[in-house]
Amino acid sequence: MIQVDKLTKYYGERAVITNISFDVRTGEILGFLGPNGAGKTTTMRILAGFMPASGGTAKIAGYDVLRQSLEARRNIGYLPENVPLYPDITVASYLDLMAKLRGVSGKRKAARVAEVMEICRIRDVADKLIGKLSKGYRQRVGLAQALVHDPKVLILDEPTVGLDPKQIIETRQAIKRLGGDHTIILSTHILPEVSMTCSRVVIINEGKVAAVDTPEQLTRRLQGTERIELEVRGSNGSIVNCLRAVQGVLRVDTSDVDGRQLFLVECASGADIRAQLSAAIVHGGFDLLHLSSVGMSLEEIFLKLTTKEDIAA
Amino acid sequence: MRNVLTLTEKELRTYFVSPLAYVVIAAFLVVTGVFFAGIFIGSHQATMEYTFQNMSVILLLVSPMLAMRLLSEEQRSGTIELLLTSPVRDIEVVLGKFFASLVFLVTMLGLTLYYVLLLTRFGSPEAGPILSGYLGIFLLGAAFLAIGLFTSSLTSNQVVAAFLTIAILLVLWVLDALTSMFGSSASAVLSYLSLSKHISDLPKGLIDTKDLIYFLSLIVACIFLTTRSLEARRWR
Ligand SMILES: Nc1ncnc2c1ncn2[C@@H]1O[C@H](COP(=O)(O)OP(=O)(O)O)[C@@H](O)[C@H]1O
Ligand SMILES: [Mg+2]
Repeated sequence: MIQVDKLTKYYGERAVITNISFDVRTGEILGFLGPNGAGKTTTMRILAGFMPASGGTAKIAGYDVLRQSLEARRNIGYLPENVPLYPDITVASYLDLMAKLRGVSGKRKAARVAEVMEICRIRDVADKLIGKLSKGYRQRVGLAQALVHDPKVLILDEPTVGLDPKQIIETRQAIKRLGGDHTIILSTHILPEVSMTCSRVVIINEGKVAAVDTPEQLTRRLQGTERIELEVRGSNGSIVNCLRAVQGVLRVDTSDVDGRQLFLVECASGADIRAQLSAAIVHGGFDLLHLSSVGMSLEEIFLKLTTKEDIAA
Repeated sequence: MRNVLTLTEKELRTYFVSPLAYVVIAAFLVVTGVFFAGIFIGSHQATMEYTFQNMSVILLLVSPMLAMRLLSEEQRSGTIELLLTSPVRDIEVVLGKFFASLVFLVTMLGLTLYYVLLLTRFGSPEAGPILSGYLGIFLLGAAFLAIGLFTSSLTSNQVVAAFLTIAILLVLWVLDALTSMFGSSASAVLSYLSLSKHISDLPKGLIDTKDLIYFLSLIVACIFLTTRSLEARRWR
């Protein structure tokens, strides 16, 4: 439903995200996890069609977000990070406006507005000015406008930030209920949030994808791993097998960047197995072109994430 | 087109919930009214000529205030993010905002028809000059608002947008005074661009096609530039 391929975004000279790739399957809730400044908002803004990428492509429901922007946008419900809303109109007329702008009209519009007010529990504030609402209610109105046209895809940027514990639990439950009917990508810097709501997680750090896995697998991997990147020439499958055979290797991922064949090896932290890896490659008869420790281990990224919450959810 | 109307309607609602709208209308009516009464009583002439002249100057000060919020506030508050990620074209956003400001302008000018009513009660004014005078004033106001819309796309600060608009309008106004400083071909261009050249005949009810084209192209150019400016904002 969502295909992201080698997205890159520069602000001036500085690359904020580089080569971000991942897919989200229909009906899945994907967590986009990373510390502050990792590039989550930037990626989501590109997906939502707010700004174009400097490189790479993204498709929503089969539509390219840049070249078929209007069609892509019709299939998206977007909740931006700080929930920007018009303060001087009422909740009901705001939802009515957003429904019209997303092409919902007539009887269906009235029905949809009533429906999302029910789902987001904002019926009691329907006639209040948005500017007079509490943070919790604003967040729910934000979610309601994202849902009002019943989009296939929901893009939620830190949907629980700034809420109190009770509201956080309610919001997560609401999002979980929306999965299945909608394909959801939600960003967060809170580790427990993804374990509670998501079926799959993309960890992003300093603008790069650091890992893609299920929350359970990730939590296991996060407890002490180090990563080594190798560039090797030779048959992909046999190189992977050769690397896996090395003592201490937990996992091998491969990728292809500009024709270079890269392997990302994960191993227990503390055990320096670089010498064993290069020996194995050479014995296997492959050409080792490059080998280096990757800047930050998952463990270090893990330390930068918010891992504790005061709520018992 | 439906999106344009939806946005126009939203924008009008925003206009009329803000006190600024009423302050601007009141100020416009008070100032034009005082001048109208003064001229009418003083000259005993049933004409709108001087009132139109007076309106054009007041519009120069009032239009920047009517246009300043249109796009700058969306940028400051971040609501532009939800607008530009809805399936709406940038040009539709720009036109929706512009039409709303035009409706406001027409409302304001409509209220001054009361002066015309007074003229017909106490004298017999000519209809032709009054009609074309209103058309001229409307075009002038529309061009001011289009310039204001453009500057409000450039900044997220309303006050900056308003002052920038006033500065641009003043420069356009006095442009033909600068013509003496340049060679003859440059001065012909400057004098064509000058606002005052194109509005000097309006109050008399004389509308030249050249003036019409001037105002219309000014409006179209500003709408185009505003749309480009929104696009550029995406690319930044
Ligand atoms: N408009 C911008 N201009 C320049 N740098 C920006 C802009 N927006 C974000 N950044 C930078 O890009 C990086 C990633 O930001 P962001 O995508 O907001 O991260 P996250 O949402 O993961 O916290 C940050 O270092 C931030 O300072
Ligand atoms: Mg962010």
